[in-house]
Amino acid sequence: MNAAPQARRLQAMALRAAGTAKPPHVTIRGLCKRFDTTPVYENFDLDIPRGELISVFGPNGCGKSTLINMIAGLVAPDGGQILFDGMRLSEIKFGYVFQNYREALFPWLRAFDNIAYPLKIMEVPPAERRARTERLVAHLGITLDFNLYPYQMSGGQQQLVSIMRALIVEPEILFLDEPFSALDYEMTLFMREQLQRIFMETGTTTVLVSHDLEEAVYLADRVLLLSRHPARIADLAAVASARPRTDATLSDADFVRTKAHCLDVFQREVRRA
Amino acid sequence: MKPDALKPFLPIFGVAGLLVAWSIVTWRQWVDPVLLPSPVSTFAALWNGMNGGPLGFDFVKTVYRTATSTAIAAMIAIPLGIVLGSAERVYRSLEFVIDFFRSTPASATFPLFLVLFGVGDETKISVAAFGAILVILFNVAYGVMNARKTRLLAAKVMGASRLRVLFDVMLLESLPQTFVGLRNGVSLALVIIVVAEMFIGSQDGLGHSVFEAQQLFDMPRMYAAIFAAGALGYGLNLLFLLIERRFVHWSGK
Repeated sequence: MNAAPQARRLQAMALRAAGTAKPPHVTIRGLCKRFDTTPVYENFDLDIPRGELISVFGPNGCGKSTLINMIAGLVAPDGGQILFDGMRLSEIKFGYVFQNYREALFPWLRAFDNIAYPLKIMEVPPAERRARTERLVAHLGITLDFNLYPYQMSGGQQQLVSIMRALIVEPEILFLDEPFSALDYEMTLFMREQLQRIFMETGTTTVLVSHDLEEAVYLADRVLLLSRHPARIADLAAVASARPRTDATLSDADFVRTKAHCLDVFQREVRRA
Repeated sequence: MKPDALKPFLPIFGVAGLLVAWSIVTWRQWVDPVLLPSPVSTFAALWNGMNGGPLGFDFVKTVYRTATSTAIAAMIAIPLGIVLGSAERVYRSLEFVIDFFRSTPASATFPLFLVLFGVGDETKISVAAFGAILVILFNVAYGVMNARKTRLLAAKVMGASRLRVLFDVMLLESLPQTFVGLRNGVSLALVIIVVAEMFIGSQDGLGHSVFEAQQLFDMPRMYAAIFAAGALGYGLNLLFLLIERRFVHWSGK
């Protein structure tokens, strides 16, 4: 099942080792979007590298969620082009995780069937749906009672099910819109570890919107810092810390420096009237 | 005994209190016994009536009419409510009409239905169905329209077609509200059926039983018929609640 992402990840790692510039996975050119009279994006260009986890961070209302919603096709841009290896969104498989897990899962389905549901839409036969879901569960090594209904699970467990539902189609790209902001701190820490593990397992290109700078830096290969609207790329800061990152990483000199830099850029953008 | 252990038995106190108060009132003869018979004679009348007496037959008749009208109403209102709810502009243009007739007392349309269907069962059943349709329709349409936007987006983002979103998401999202409509609908249908049985040349049914007992001044029998109607209303509501709890297990969660 994971041969393709695995191969891509190895390829990505090989490219990184060779110091070669990777071909970007997602290319965004001339993106425009306005709400009423407010231009949120004006001729916005961005390349998202393959097999990396990009955190999107920026001032309130700068259009973080709008950006991934446009990339994921939930919000129609007014202009511009978004291509995935030169293909349109309808030609690729992707996963999307909502902030509000309570309203994103289907309460009438058990966790297992929630995870398998995207395969039903793709008209995969029931037996294969079952087998693929079981394989994903085993592969991620997540211990949960998948016979429960979402409302019988904790918030973190529900969001974990949401993430697995996004992964079941073996997405080429995974979008997460503030996935942990509705969880308590303890659960957030646990979920960060889960997401990092899933990312290291699958190597899927991931775009994460976050409102927590520490989380954004901790999880990311690069932090995309946006300016106030109309949004520009204030910085695309690389996070060098090796994976798996742990609590020790948080006090690591490199990590602290990157985080301080991001905070600097962020505050500069916030102050800019 | 812990206070919690008592909780399931609390409703019994209300019933017992009512029976005791009723017994004292009749025993002390504070009310004319002709107007308020004792609990014993009332429940004797209820027991005898329901056990092979005419009350049992009337009860079955009313159940049949209420069930038929509710079933007809559900068969028309649920599909229509889903269609209207998923096309919000169409619903908005019909909203006034639906609200108007929903607010019209169904009893006011008896003469109209008498002209249309005559004095038989069809009239009673169709008036009750007409009242219940509007209540169910209104609830189903709102259930569909108030489907959680995130859930619809989640299905859409997975690539679900409009038809699939309708059947896999909207339909299930509307079920809790649909059951609210069904419970209200069956209660209204029962009210209309009982009234119709009293006045529209009826030969049977609980409404007829109450009316006839009153005409004959057979008070225990009249109270017995009222209690039978009350038990029927309560039972129908409970039945729908149990069905809902079984099939719409996520309701309110």
